[in-house]
Amino acid sequence: MPAVSKGDGMRGLAVFISDIRNCKSKEAEIKRINKELANIRSKFKGDKALDGYSKKKYVCKLLFIFLLGHDIDFGHMEAVNLLSSNKYTEKQIGYLFISVLVNSNSELIRLINNAIKNDLASRNPTFMCLALHCIANVGSREMGEAFAADIPRILVAGDSMDSVKQSAALCLLRLYKASPDLVPMGEWTARVVHLLNDQHMGVVTAAVSLITCLCKKNPDDFKTCISLAVSRLSRIVSSASTDLQDYTYYFVPAPWLSVKLLRLLQCYPPPEDAAVKGRLVECLETVLNKAQEPPKSKKVQHSNAKNAILFETISLIIHYDSEPNLLVRACNQLGQFLQHRETNLRYLALESMCTLASSEFSHEAVKTHIDTVINALKTERDVSVRQRAADLLYAMCDRSNAKQIVSEMLRYLETADYAIREEIVLKVAILAEKYAVDYSWYVDTILNLIRIAGDYVSEEVWYRVLQIVTNRDDVQGYAAKTVFEALQAPACHENMVKVGGYILGEFGNLIAGDPRSSPPVQFSLLHSKFHLCSVATRALLLSTYIKFINLFPETKATIQGVLRAGSQLRNADVELQQRAVEYLTLSSVASTDVLATVLEEMPPFPERESSILAKLKRKKGPGAASALDDGRRDPSSNDINGGVEPTPSTVSTPSPSADLLGLRAAPPPAAPPASAGAGNLLVDVFDGPAAQPSLGPTPEEAFLSELEPPAPESPMALLADPAPAADPGPEDIGPPIPEADELLNKFVCKNNGVLFENQLLQIGVKSEFRQNLGRMYLFYGNKTSVQFQNFSPTVVHPGDLQTHILSGLGQPPTKRVAAQVDGGAQVQQVLNIECLRDFLTPPLLSLPVTINKFFQPTEMAAQDFFQRWKQLSLPQQEAQKIFKANHPMDAEVTKAKLLGFGSALLDNVDPNPENFVGAGIIQTKALQVGCLLRLEPNAQAQMYRLTLRTSKEPVSRHLCELLAQQF
Amino acid sequence: IRFILIQNRWYMQFDDDEKQKLIEEVHAVVTVRDAKHTNFVEFRNFKIIYRRYAGLYFCICVDVNDNNLAYLEAIHNFVLNEYFHNVCELDLVFNFYKVYTVVDEMFLAGEIRETSQTKVLKQLLMLQSLE
Repeated sequence: MPAVSKGDGMRGLAVFISDIRNCKSKEAEIKRINKELANIRSKFKGDKALDGYSKKKYVCKLLFIFLLGHDIDFGHMEAVNLLSSNKYTEKQIGYLFISVLVNSNSELIRLINNAIKNDLASRNPTFMCLALHCIANVGSREMGEAFAADIPRILVAGDSMDSVKQSAALCLLRLYKASPDLVPMGEWTARVVHLLNDQHMGVVTAAVSLITCLCKKNPDDFKTCISLAVSRLSRIVSSASTDLQDYTYYFVPAPWLSVKLLRLLQCYPPPEDAAVKGRLVECLETVLNKAQEPPKSKKVQHSNAKNAILFETISLIIHYDSEPNLLVRACNQLGQFLQHRETNLRYLALESMCTLASSEFSHEAVKTHIDTVINALKTERDVSVRQRAADLLYAMCDRSNAKQIVSEMLRYLETADYAIREEIVLKVAILAEKYAVDYSWYVDTILNLIRIAGDYVSEEVWYRVLQIVTNRDDVQGYAAKTVFEALQAPACHENMVKVGGYILGEFGNLIAGDPRSSPPVQFSLLHSKFHLCSVATRALLLSTYIKFINLFPETKATIQGVLRAGSQLRNADVELQQRAVEYLTLSSVASTDVLATVLEEMPPFPERESSILAKLKRKKGPGAASALDDGRRDPSSNDINGGVEPTPSTVSTPSPSADLLGLRAAPPPAAPPASAGAGNLLVDVFDGPAAQPSLGPTPEEAFLSELEPPAPESPMALLADPAPAADPGPEDIGPPIPEADELLNKFVCKNNGVLFENQLLQIGVKSEFRQNLGRMYLFYGNKTSVQFQNFSPTVVHPGDLQTHILSGLGQPPTKRVAAQVDGGAQVQQVLNIECLRDFLTPPLLSLPVTINKFFQPTEMAAQDFFQRWKQLSLPQQEAQKIFKANHPMDAEVTKAKLLGFGSALLDNVDPNPENFVGAGIIQTKALQVGCLLRLEPNAQAQMYRLTLRTSKEPVSRHLCELLAQQF
Repeated sequence: IRFILIQNRWYMQFDDDEKQKLIEEVHAVVTVRDAKHTNFVEFRNFKIIYRRYAGLYFCICVDVNDNNLAYLEAIHNFVLNEYFHNVCELDLVFNFYKVYTVVDEMFLAGEIRETSQTKVLKQLLMLQSLE
């Protein structure tokens, strides 16, 4: 038996515990416990008053019995008695019993609260802490009601001991989490924030947790914490490894406090005050620098503590998503960890990189690690690490690497753990669809999925392939041929039979010319699978058969024979029986014409959000949904990443190289839509005069972006007077957009982010542009707790902008923006935009719609570039600016920005490799403007020279202005 | 922190049956892992950060976006070893009521309360000297 430490041990308890441990069987243990319970009960009931020590000992035994998993239904009163003891050890056992075995007996609660009240008032820090710990561990509403008002006072009282403050802070946190309504904010909040300055680091550690929790619901009340947190953090990260003495952990100064401070800062946007922001950026840089220094100890504790801070720093950098330089550095650091020998670090690096992949600034940098990540997917021993690798591949996927990633994921699927197969299947299906340039590749990929992991291919996946094949006539023949071949495998998955049955029923005629897949061969192939299939599949096949009768009259007799068979006509399953009877009758009574009408090819499916994506979101839970959304960056930037291929079926788009600079006279602008009422205008755009075949997204785009069908039904026109964007009621929100220009600048090179934010309202924006069309999603978040009434966002086109750009607030009928926005809720609105001509001023409500959004990147060889450059040599076609760098000059970041701007980046064109050269076409409805650009950085002078040449003078100047502000 | 499994402390409301179930599930997911695995496991909507000392597993359940390494080292920073001088399972069983005190000194309301081993040990010795 181990020595129970020193004086206060309870011998009786130790004996009892070792008796229990010596019990050979469960029965013996229960017997021993029952004996003890009887003993304790008699002691408690006896006439002799027990002394404090005995009470403590018996209560402690009861607690032990409870922890072994037995019910305890007495002893509460004795425990409560212990609370009023003056001896610490007795009081401690009393509180422990109460906090572990809470009982809502109201009489007891009153006594307990009374004892707590006395201890809180005792001025004895040990007793105060015991009482506070009890409240913090129980955290019940009753206790909240009794003490929520007292604890803030204790927390900020000048004479409270440090340890009491620590406990009070966290006690308050627990009460706030349990019942926020009971903890009213008051004048104490400002003083709580100032605890961040406390000399005692333990107090700061506890206070940061409290503030982090409180500020989430009341960001403005705690806003002052930002600068205090930054200066505290700065002092810690710049201190030497031993400066903080007690708070240094394996040569790392205050790692937990640093992590907590960095998390607190993630509750807010980047600091507005330039000095604070500068200091913070310095801290972040220091942390990144320290990661490169040699370790001060070989112990894993040292590197873990250091890296805990590093990962939290990276989280903050990602949260801000505004410092390209730091984002790229973070990515490089994580890249080193991908090959580290510690599994923990590899895992965390994969996880963290996944969020970096969705930032437009670091996406390219993340992509450079693709081979390492693929290798991780193949070789990591821990399935959770492999899963992170798969997540990262999904996040870094774009058109440039989709084929490689999809084929690696397919290969992984063959040996993947069962637990994650379905998720991998969904991911592959989504990537294949999203980045398909060539739809035969898409069809092959999905059929491979069914072949490799048929059991995990859910309905959503195979429904989707059918929708896509139905909607795209260029792939139907290929799909029919491929499923026909796939069905010839001796054992093929039932999902293959379903897909095959459906596709052949619709498009089997496209391969019927080949004698190897003549109608009778197709039929007998399908029918050979029939008997092994489930009812649902057989029902589907019966529909295929009746479609065959229409497609191939020569199979009519055979198929009628099958339908007429007893096994069909009298099938026990009602559905099968009904289909057989109805189809048989239909085929016998209907004329060929009627048959052809009834069994006509399916019409195209309306485009909508991919059901697969919805399913993946569901699988990942609500938290992950946004991450997935972030992962799907808009198609236009994918195009950029992927380079050139013009989308195949955009018939109306002249091939980029053919008319790069729009030198051939652009068709004269269709008479600018009569500047009639706004409603008309919009109708014009969307219903489109027949003369403008390029109106509306082509099926290709609609498909890729999973948008609504090409012509949204009468989008609601809300062009109106320049009223404030939102009228949330009595409170004045002030000028709608402060520093609108600055906001706009933020969006020149990116498409998603927060557009506007004040105390009441946050407007987020997500947008995608393709050729001269754009779609913008606006998210209006009500940050208050009250409802917004009569909420009605408005877009205003200053001056003659209407003749240059059209935007309409249109809502798909199902997603109409409610006139009321509940407190804390968010509503979404869709804005359709068409660029009619080039334009300079963006629409009011300051939507980040700038002319460069309508860029189509264009790849070309050096020779072509120079030829075109020369053709644009008129002085007014060129705009040039020489300016000082406002940001660190990093080539990777510059590249990301230029790509974000919309042009293609051309390698090996400029003889000086430091320079950047780009080309693209601005697509408007009326004309196309070819643009060439050249950016010459001069690192020594910290200057840039930017030259734009376009076929339209104002466009050159405007693009030059827009872009120059970004570096 | 949602809960700590050493001397079990729960910072979220669960009923007793649920607690028992959680303990068994955590045990099942953690004990099958070996040294080559990470010290983190996804668990329901949370994650478990654990550290193994000989036959003893110390497990903390936290939110998915909490800092893994910070909690991994918080387990190591836990002063049981120093307090009991080379702690073993028996120390924890016989002194279970003291272990609660140690937990509450370092973690409270699901947050890290104090990280200085020196400060915590000083406080524990002070409490030990009280009657």
